[in-house]
Formats: sequence, C-alpha cells, structure tokens
Amino acid sequence: MATDKFISIEGISRHFAAPGGGKTTVFEDVWFSIPKGEFVCMIGHSGCGKTTVLNILSGLDLPDEGAAIVDGKAIEGPSLDRAVIFQSHALLPWRTVLGNVAYAVSSKWRSWSRAKIEEHAKKFIEKVGLKGSELKKPSQLSGGMKQRVGIARALSIEPKILLMDEPFSALDALTRGTLQDEVRRICIETGQTVFMITHDVDEAIYLADKIILMTNGPEALVAEIVENPLPKDRDRNAIHKHPSYYAIRNHLIDFLVTRSKTFKGEIPADYDRRKPPVVRPAGQPQPVPPPQANGRKVA
Amino acid sequence: MPKSNLTARAWIVSLGILLTFGLAWHLAVSGTSQTQAMDPEYAKLMGLSATQGKSAMPGPLDVIAKIWSHLKDPFYDKGPNDKGIGIQLAYSIGRVMLGYALAIVVALPLGFLIGMSPLMSKALDPFIQVLKPVSPLAWMPLALYTIKDSAISSIFVIFICSLWPMLINTAFGVASVRKEWVNVARTLEVGTFRRAFTVILPAAAPTIVTGMRISIGIAWLVIVAAEMLVGGTGIGYFVWNEWNNLSITNVITSILVIGLVGMLLDQALARVARAVHFPE
Repeated sequence: MATDKFISIEGISRHFAAPGGGKTTVFEDVWFSIPKGEFVCMIGHSGCGKTTVLNILSGLDLPDEGAAIVDGKAIEGPSLDRAVIFQSHALLPWRTVLGNVAYAVSSKWRSWSRAKIEEHAKKFIEKVGLKGSELKKPSQLSGGMKQRVGIARALSIEPKILLMDEPFSALDALTRGTLQDEVRRICIETGQTVFMITHDVDEAIYLADKIILMTNGPEALVAEIVENPLPKDRDRNAIHKHPSYYAIRNHLIDFLVTRSKTFKGEIPADYDRRKPPVVRPAGQPQPVPPPQANGRKVA
Repeated sequence: MPKSNLTARAWIVSLGILLTFGLAWHLAVSGTSQTQAMDPEYAKLMGLSATQGKSAMPGPLDVIAKIWSHLKDPFYDKGPNDKGIGIQLAYSIGRVMLGYALAIVVALPLGFLIGMSPLMSKALDPFIQVLKPVSPLAWMPLALYTIKDSAISSIFVIFICSLWPMLINTAFGVASVRKEWVNVARTLEVGTFRRAFTVILPAAAPTIVTGMRISIGIAWLVIVAAEMLVGGTGIGYFVWNEWNNLSITNVITSILVIGLVGMLLDQALARVARAVHFPE
C-alpha cells in the first residue's frame, strides 16, 4: 500500500437541489491525497463545501461523482476506522463523560467486558486531562471540557484517520490554544493521520503539515496545496520568529481575502485539477507572489 | 424571598380558601325553608326537605362523615349494587391500566415507525388526523357490537383515547432527535436496532413521556363516562348509581376521590418525566 496516498480523493463532485429547482454544484472534480501520518487542514470560506468534503470522508455523505478512497478501499459508509470530532461536540447529554466515551469503545470492541471498556475509556479521559470528571454529565462541563470529551471519544476507538470539523471554533481563545497544543501532542505521539477543517489561519499554520486551499463556492475547486515550511517540532510561542512564518501567513490571508474569489477567473494555463499546484512559501522571495501581496508583505 | 417561606404562605392561603368555601357551603345548606302541613302518611313518603324544610344538598360535615365511613370500610362487597368505594376504584384503575398498557404497546413502536420513516409518516397522517378528534365514547357502540363484552369494551375505549397523544408525541420526538446525535451513532457503526435504543429512545423520551402524561389524564377522564354507560362496576358506575339513589353525599365523595386518583396518576407520570429528563 502506497503510504503517500493513504487517503485519496479522486474527482468527487457534490450537487444539491437548488431552492428554485435545478441543482447547485458545491464543488466539482476535486482531487487531493493525504499520506499516512500527515496533518492536513482545509481552508476556505463558508459555502465552499469543506464540511461536505469531511462528511464524504466520514461516510455520512456520498459524492455524486468520483470516489473517496482510504487505504485502497472506496468509502461506502461510516466506519470505525475514521473518527469524527464534531464542531458542536455532539455529546449524548443523558450519558456521563465516561458513558459517552464508553459508548464509542463498546461500539468498536463489542465483545469486551464492561470493566475492560471502562478501563479503556478512562485511559483516554485521562489523556485529555479530564480525570476526576468521569461521572459528570455534559451539562455540568464548560465548552472546552465538552470538546475534550469529544476528542477523547474520537481517540478512544484508535482510528486510522481523525476527522475534525472546526473543532475549536466555538471555544474562547485561551481554551482553544490549550486544546490545540494537546491535540497536536497526541497526534504527533501516535502518528495520527488527520484531516481538519478550519477557517482560522493561525490554527492551520500551527497544526498542519499541509494546507488545502478551496476557492469560494459554488463550484469550488482546490486552488493549491500549501506545504507548511515550519519545522515539525514547532513551538507555539516561537513560530512567529521563524523566517517563513509571515510568508505562509500572508500567503494564506491573501488567498482568503482576494485569491479565493478571483482564482477561478484567472486559472493558470498549467493548472491541472488532478494535481493542484503545491507551493511552499518561504522567507522571501515568495514562490507565487499574489498580485496584491506587495503592500502587506512583512519582511 | 426564601422559597420555604413562599411555600408556607401558599399553604396558608390554600387552607384559607378551603375553610372559606367550606363555611359558605355549610351556611348555604344549613337554613330551613317553609314547610306545608301535610298528612303524616304522606309525609313519610316525602324526604326531609319537604317535611322539615332541610336542604336536600348535603353540607360539608355530611360529606366528611361519608368519606370517613368509606375510609373505614372501603372494600366491602354486599352484592352487585353495593360495593365499597375501594373496590369500585380498583375496577376503574384496573381498566385504565389495561387499556393504557395496550396503547403503549401499540403507540411506541408505531410512533417509532412514523418518526423514522417519512413515507409512513405521510401515509398514516390522514388516518391519524381523522381518527384523533373522534370522541372515545363514539367508539363504544361499535366496541359493544363487535366485542360483545361491556368490560372489554370500556378497556378498548381507554385504549383508543390513550393512543393518540402517545402516538403523536412518540412520532414527533423520534423525528426531531438531533441529527448530530444520530451521526455520532452512525460514525460509530452502531446498527439501526441498537441506535434506536441507545440514541433515539433516550433522546425522544422526554417528549414521549409528555404524551404518556396527557394520555393518562384523558384515560382517567374517559373511564368515568365509559363506566356510566356500560354499568356494572367501577367508579363511574358508582357515581351514576348514587345519583339514581339520590345520594348527593356519595356523588360529592366520588368527585373528590376521582380528583385525588387522577392527581396521583399524573404525579406518577411526572416522576417518570423527571427520571428521563436530561439537561443540555
């Protein structure tokens, strides 16, 4: 099995019925792949179909054309190999913290005894720093703690792929920072393959190995794939001192502010949907200088 | 304002209302009106209201005395027309429970089906819309004709009146379970059957129990009327029988007892509702 195409998205399209009849194409003929153990973020404006791509990867939604292939097999439905961390944490409010995590564990290992299930669940509750809150109900937890339970639930089934849909967007800045640190630590420790949706540029730079840029919807497409020039063992408090930090940050912001709108009008001649251009913004000069970038470039 | 203080004051006001009402009732019925001179033989045939001018309406003290006599011996059985109020209540509660249990057995699975399948929801909607507003007593002749047993017919009437609120609330509760909770189960590859019990049932339980609470209230309202029609046993039959006996004291006693039992049934369901409630 080729590890550089652990996840392979091959020409997927998704249409929805438009309100006045006919259909809207959210995105069309999207291609990209994710190697094993890589942390990939997808960035784009609302309505570009990011969540739909994630739902297709999770198996909750199916593409109208094309296929999503994981580990050599086309996705046909949800699987315990792919865990989802939902934006709204989606905990079952009538179950305790332990009950929520144990529900996932018992779904994965159906023959396990109750004691073994709880022991396994507790290990992951401890991993996200919630030891002592096992018997609390979700309503007794803060937003950050709820999302920790969501993370513990997803990790507890030891998935091959972790899918995250803006998992930190509903949290305050401090909590978000701590949780990003922990998710990063856990994912590096376990070599987890991660696909995450965000529209927070700084979050993407801190967490991702690669960042997929989607143009605005409808009929969105992958504009390019940005390789993160920062070292793998980056430190949250020092990354802004890295010579390439502002290069990648400006590149991403320029994309979101202008190029996500204009890209479709000025598609380069050598653009190939099957192989979106890969860029690696570095110190300076930038490899693909966007037209309006000069004014905001920081040395 | 501390809560205990408010509760105590509410009790005092309630007690005041009760005493005022009791006193007014007592005064209203204790006066005597004029009587006509009549033949002693004829007077024997007439009640106290004709001979002594006493009101035919019992006073609160008469009712209390009557309740006391019922409480002392609630389960006596002196033939078909003279049974203790406890026995009559037991018959009524038994019928309600049987009809209600049957309604649960039908309404919950059917409600799940309607809630989970948009096709069945649309297909069954016209039947529910037409049958729901029918007074349960309108079913009685049909039930008597087909079942040919008055006791089972009254159970059927309880069944048919308890069915609709439970069915509609179950279908609504199941259909409006949050998509994200269902998605959690789907991503965990939880099968349809296990999903129904571990996600949809607990999520819809508060709505379902609300429907069950409405149903038990209606069932208790309807059993009295149904038993008045079919006769034989039960608290509804007791009320009608005592009306035929012109025992207003017993009628008032029954009204109080029917109210108390209805309250207890509602409280029991309220307890269940608290047990299945979950804060978000």
